[in-house]
Amino acid sequence: MIHLNNVRAGYSTADGFVAAVDGVSLQVEDNEILGVAGESGCGKSTLLKVLYGHFGGSLSLASGSVHAEFYDAESGETVTHEGHQLHKLWWRKLSYIPQGSMSVMNPVARIEAQLIEALPPAILQRGGNSVLEEIKSFLSELNLPVSVLKAYPHQLSGGMRQRVMIAMACFFYPSLVLADEPTTALDVVVQKNILLLLKTIQRRQKNALVIVSHDLGVHYQVTDRIAIAYAGKIVEIGPTREVFANPLHPYTRALIESLPRLGERSLRRGIEGRPPDLASPPTGCRFAQRCSKSEDICRQISPELIDRTQKHAVACHFS
Amino acid sequence: MSPTDPLLEISGLSKVFRRGGLFSRERIKAVDDLSLVLPNKPSVCAVVGESGSGKTTLARMILRLEKPSSGRIMIGRSNVFGGDTNRLPDLDFRRLVQPIFQNPFESYSIHLPVDFYLYRTAINLGQATELEDARSVVDEALQSVGLELERVQGKYVHQFSGGELQRIAIARALIPKPRLIVADEPVSMVDASLRMTIVNLFDEIRKTLGISFVYITHDLSTAYYVADQIVIMSQGQIVERGEPGQLIEAPNHQYTRILMDAMPQIGVRWPELDTL
Repeated sequence: MIHLNNVRAGYSTADGFVAAVDGVSLQVEDNEILGVAGESGCGKSTLLKVLYGHFGGSLSLASGSVHAEFYDAESGETVTHEGHQLHKLWWRKLSYIPQGSMSVMNPVARIEAQLIEALPPAILQRGGNSVLEEIKSFLSELNLPVSVLKAYPHQLSGGMRQRVMIAMACFFYPSLVLADEPTTALDVVVQKNILLLLKTIQRRQKNALVIVSHDLGVHYQVTDRIAIAYAGKIVEIGPTREVFANPLHPYTRALIESLPRLGERSLRRGIEGRPPDLASPPTGCRFAQRCSKSEDICRQISPELIDRTQKHAVACHFS
Repeated sequence: MSPTDPLLEISGLSKVFRRGGLFSRERIKAVDDLSLVLPNKPSVCAVVGESGSGKTTLARMILRLEKPSSGRIMIGRSNVFGGDTNRLPDLDFRRLVQPIFQNPFESYSIHLPVDFYLYRTAINLGQATELEDARSVVDEALQSVGLELERVQGKYVHQFSGGELQRIAIARALIPKPRLIVADEPVSMVDASLRMTIVNLFDEIRKTLGISFVYITHDLSTAYYVADQIVIMSQGQIVERGEPGQLIEAPNHQYTRILMDAMPQIGVRWPELDTL
C-alpha cells in the first residue's frame, strides 16, 4: 500500500536541519489498523505528514523514499505514486483526520458548506444537491444525525465535531486514512464512541487506517499492529497483542509498566529523564540515557530495527 | 483548627453561570447542591468526571477563584467565602490552600525564568523577606519534588519537559507548607511516560509532609491508584463516592459503570469490538 524506505525527514530551523523522522522504514498494509505511539516530540505527527506526502513549508524529505501503490478503478491496474505526487490523491485515496477538530473548521460556515467546499471539482460537477444527498446517506450509514449539516462548528460538541471530521475524511472510501491523535482532549466516553466509529468505518471500507496516539490504551483497543516511536526512530513494531504481551524494547516495557490499571495498586513508575534533543541526537541508541540496562555499546552504536519473531521487530542490542 | 474539625467541609455548594448573549436569561448550573468532607488527616480525594461535570468549577471555588452562588466552603473553622463570619484573610488562605493547574506550559511566562515564580511565591507568602533568604526555602521545596535549584535556576519554560514543569509547579505550591493542594487535571498534559512520576509525588508528599490533595481528573485509573476517596461527578452533582476498592469493585451508579467501561485499559478489550 504505502512504503517508507529509510526516510529522513524534518524541519529547517535557525540551528540547521532537525530530523524528526530519522532512518525510518515502514510499510502500511491493506486492510489493517496501524498505531503509532510515543512521547511528545518523538516524530509521530511528522511521520504521519510523510505518509500523507505533506511536504513543503518547513518540512522536507532529506533522504530515503516514499511510494504508494493504489488500485486505479478507471484503468483497473495498481498504480505506483512517489511521495511528492501523493498530494494529488488527497481525499480520494489518501485522507487525513487532523488533531483538534475545533481549530480545523471554519467557525463562520455551516458544516454543509464546509463539506461541499472541500469536495474536488469533478465531484461537484455532478450537482450540489445530488452530492448533498450522498453525504446525508453516508452520515445516516454512520448513525450521525443529518441535522449536523445545518449547524455551525460551535453548536456541536467536541465529539460530534470529530465525528463530522471522520465522516468527511472517509466519504470517498479512501484507501488510506491517517488520524492524528483523533481522541486527544475528548472525554473517555466520547473517546470510546469515536474509536468504535473509526474501527467500524475501517472494517466496512476495508481500507488501511494509521492512528497516532500517545495513549497506549487506545492502541490496545483498536489497532492490529503498533509501532513505538522514540526520538525520531521506530524502536519496536509488531502485532499489537504480541507487543503488549511480550514487549522487547526497554522503552516499550517501561511505557507499559508505567500505566496504572483499575483494580491494581502496585507501584507504577514513570520513566525518568527526557528524550534527547533532535537537533543534536546522540551517536548510539537514543534511549540509552534513560535505559537502566544500557551498556557502552548502546552509547556507541545505534541499533538496527531487526525482526526477532515473525513480524515483530525491535531496535535494541540486548533484546 | 482543632484536630477534630474536618480539613475541608463543603455544604450545599452551587454555582450558576449565565449562558448566551447579553440579554440571554439562560442559566446553567455548573455545580448543584454539592457537599463534601475531607478529614483532618493527610489524604487524597480524587474528583472524577467528564468535561462539563463541574469538577473544575468546584476546584476554582475551593481555591477562592470563583464565588459560589450559594452554599459554604469551610477550611477548618474558617469560611473560604465570607458570607457571615470568619472569612480567612487572603494571605492566610493562600498559605493554607495552594493550586496546581492543568497546563504546565501555560503556567509560566515565556519571558521570565521559572525560578522567578518560586522566589516570588516565597516572598509574597511571607516565607522569606529577601531574595537571598528565599533561596533556602525554594531549594527545600524543589528537593521535595526531586529537583535541585542549580538545575532550575535561570532557565526558561522551553528548557523543561512537561513533567519537569509540573514538578516545579508542585514545588511552588509546597513553599508555604500548605494543608491542602487542589490539583486540576495535573497530568492530562504530561506525557504518559512521566505521568506516574507526578502521581507518585502526591502520595509521597501526603505521607512525608502531611499535605492533603483534591485531585481533579478524568482518569479513573490514576484516581484509583493514588486516592483514599473517589468522588464521581456528573452534571454538577456527586453521583457516587467511596473508597477506591469498593467503588471500582462494586459501582452503584450507572454513570460510574459507564466511565469504567469506557476506559481504554490494557488487557481488557471492549466487548463491542468483537461485533465489528
